[in-house]
Amino acid sequence: MTDSHEVQRRDFVNIVLVGLGSVIGLIIGIPAIAYLLSPAVKIQDEEAWIPLGPLDSYPLDEPKLFSYTRTKINGWEKTVNSYGVYIWRYGEGESEVKVYSNLCTHLSCRVTWQEDTNVYFCPCHDGRFNKQGAVVAGPPPEPLHQFETKVEEGVLSIKHMEV
Amino acid sequence: MTARVVSWLDERLGLTSIYNLVFDRKVPKVNWWFTLGRASLFLFIVQGVTGVFLSVYYVPDPSEAYGSIQYIMTGVTFGWLIRGIHHWGASLMVIFVFIHMLRTFFMGAYKFPREITWLTGVILLLATLGMGFTGYLLPWNQRAYWATTVGTAIAGTVPVIGDFILRVLRGGNDLSAVTLARFFSVHIWFLPVVIIGLISVHMYLVIRLGISSVPKDKEQ
Repeated sequence: MTDSHEVQRRDFVNIVLVGLGSVIGLIIGIPAIAYLLSPAVKIQDEEAWIPLGPLDSYPLDEPKLFSYTRTKINGWEKTVNSYGVYIWRYGEGESEVKVYSNLCTHLSCRVTWQEDTNVYFCPCHDGRFNKQGAVVAGPPPEPLHQFETKVEEGVLSIKHMEV
Repeated sequence: MTARVVSWLDERLGLTSIYNLVFDRKVPKVNWWFTLGRASLFLFIVQGVTGVFLSVYYVPDPSEAYGSIQYIMTGVTFGWLIRGIHHWGASLMVIFVFIHMLRTFFMGAYKFPREITWLTGVILLLATLGMGFTGYLLPWNQRAYWATTVGTAIAGTVPVIGDFILRVLRGGNDLSAVTLARFFSVHIWFLPVVIIGLISVHMYLVIRLGISSVPKDKEQ
């Protein structure tokens, strides 16, 4: 019977080794994988309300450019991106305001409001948008991106997001 | 199924004979002091693996190094764990390699025919200290900066060529971006290659010659 007794001990040792090995492997492996995947999983929340100043400071029926910057933290490094928006008040009321991104929907060039021709003009490929942001001419596939707005105590704000 | 795969591989790779040669060696009756070599090897592997992982986020540049380590510690999931293991493993490895040397010395295990094992071990000890010295600068904090300033200045006190050694270590007269870059390079390329090469020779000799037994008392 001594033979079978030895075999049993060997099996026991093997099972314990495999079991402990798997546990140790998991304890080490899971943090290691999490470590590598971490930057892909942790996405910064990029939405934020940006105040654009008192609504009254913007003229009626004339798109005005407003520029602001946002700081993005990428690991150990910070990048400052600048953004531009056009504010268009089409009426006296607090809700009668539209805010458009100045990024052309074609290839993200900056559009500028041209008073003489009454269009937003993109110099890259001759794209044109009207006051309402709709495409008038050129290659842009969709209208200018519009921001969600709110007015609190007379101050206009937009909800910033990556376009 | 597993048995068939294993035997298929074994027939081609000779795994069993390698296993028998490396792990099923005949050894004299020894004690726990004889486990320090394997413990040092294990720590070296741990340092190697955690080091490779740290290099994913670490940047060896004066303006980025400190920030990149802050990011590892606070921004990366389990970054504190990986760096913590590398940090404490470094101290442990120096301690284990050193006690391993003491054990070899006091038990006379360096004698014929094991002189070359001893000599490679001496270089391995020095290389381990070199890893500690070069790795200490990499966090680029006050402690790292001044420790390396003092450490390289000590090397500079060597007669005649001291000044030259100091400039070689620092890559110029002062601690700079050049120092950080060369310490990083030595830490992750030069010394690891030396250590892996010497461990191979060291291990080959241990397997070839076997290990010495515990010295006997005269009266026994």
